[in-house]
Amino acid sequence: MTTKTTREITLPTEPFAVNIGPAHPSTHGVFRMLTTLDGEVILNMEPIFGYLHRGIEKLAEERTYGGCVPLTDRLDYLASMSNNLAYVLAVEKLAGIAVPERAEYIRVIMAELQRIASHLIAVGAFLNDCGAFMTPILYMLREREKILDLFDMVCGQRLTYNYMRVGGVSQDIPEEFAPALKKFLKEMPGWINEYEWLLKENEILLARAKGVGILTREMAINISASGPVLRASGVEWDIRRADPYSIYDRFEFDIPTGKAGDCYDRYRVRVEEMRQSLRILEQALKDLPGGEVRSEVPHLIRPPAGEAYSHIEAPRGELGFYLVSDGSIAPYRFHVRAPTLINLTALNDMMRGWKVADLILIFGSIDICLAEVDR
Amino acid sequence: MTTALSGARIAKQIGKKFPEAVIESGADSLLLKAESLLEVADYLKKTPGLDFAYLNYITAVDYYDYFEVVYQLASIQHNHGLVLKVRCYDRQNPTLPSVVGIWRGADFQEREIYDLLGISFEGHPNLRRIVLWEGFEGYPLRKEFL
Repeated sequence: MTTKTTREITLPTEPFAVNIGPAHPSTHGVFRMLTTLDGEVILNMEPIFGYLHRGIEKLAEERTYGGCVPLTDRLDYLASMSNNLAYVLAVEKLAGIAVPERAEYIRVIMAELQRIASHLIAVGAFLNDCGAFMTPILYMLREREKILDLFDMVCGQRLTYNYMRVGGVSQDIPEEFAPALKKFLKEMPGWINEYEWLLKENEILLARAKGVGILTREMAINISASGPVLRASGVEWDIRRADPYSIYDRFEFDIPTGKAGDCYDRYRVRVEEMRQSLRILEQALKDLPGGEVRSEVPHLIRPPAGEAYSHIEAPRGELGFYLVSDGSIAPYRFHVRAPTLINLTALNDMMRGWKVADLILIFGSIDICLAEVDR
Repeated sequence: MTTALSGARIAKQIGKKFPEAVIESGADSLLLKAESLLEVADYLKKTPGLDFAYLNYITAVDYYDYFEVVYQLASIQHNHGLVLKVRCYDRQNPTLPSVVGIWRGADFQEREIYDLLGISFEGHPNLRRIVLWEGFEGYPLRKEFL
């Protein structure tokens, strides 16, 4: 009589479906990943979203051009200033409205502060997904808090700012703003160095993120990826440089890129971008001119019939607004080119073959905001 | 600065190969016949000197008489851009060819247009509703909805 050794006992596996989300801590909102697993390995992943669809594009058709600004706050709520900027630029292009010099500088300052605030959340949440539970993100929230205080100072809000107006910004920056920003600019590089010292060469982070979730250069371009996701794949494409809007052609900054297009590169690109934003902020604060912050614009703007597309480099990628006017006070069509929606296109390809723990990480490294994906 | 290529110039260039594709050319845009969309798109992507490998966005507008679908293209290599437009006059069952085979970035955006405006894209691998649920009645971004 022979006994079976463990080697001979095969454990038959068969693919099974697991829903991750909609309400799961790693999905950063309400996002469902319908995964097909073989054991722990991902065979297929189907993204299902729309839980946060509020019909913003339709709502905007019933509002005046100025009245749409608060709606844009509610797209990517981690980067409301950038959304405001992209929208007002599109209206100004459509209606041919000029903006005072001082307002242009204030807009750039706000947009770059917003980029840092948004990347802090992105990097912190990514490290959280990595397993560095809560410590890094709390460090980063500490710094983000200081940026929110600055925003609070200029517009009285901490999340949905509604600060930019067609033709400028709602009000001038208060006296205490410039000293507070100077203090922040002085301290922030030290804090970034602190994160780098803790994490850049961290063994666990390298093991978890290097070579995981690769998005090749060709695929990144083919799926219309943008922002840090595109740049981490080695494409030097930043709209601030490629198609400068506002006054970005006046500032010196570098465009950090990655090589491999893996999770680690996406994390690196974001950290480096924070440093570049600090460089822009320093230049903008130094050159900040005096004068008006808002040009004379009628309350009800009636742009001539036509269409305009204007895009900016938002923290998460190319954020654009396509507006069609029929000559009335409300947009005839209001379309948002949402970077995070499009960056998700290749998610399935990036995840296939990896394990469930990597799925969380790959998803975190794309850095999405569901309010913008669903609109 | 991204250069907007002149529609007339491109129309002339593709006119040799696809004589009947272009209906109208604007300052930075081309209005194409729906049947020619795929071959022109493929040509624009693959021709050296044009190299439109990047699709910025797709969207659609309801103009009552017709739907207009807008494709904004860019070339990262040459830093220039072009807009393609296609019109769809059938309101009952609007159909257009899908460009997912050429630019995969169109995947979710075509699904969104299908979801909110009800334009079907032939050849799309997974044409289902994307933000609204299956069974939702009507297409919200059409002008007759509400």
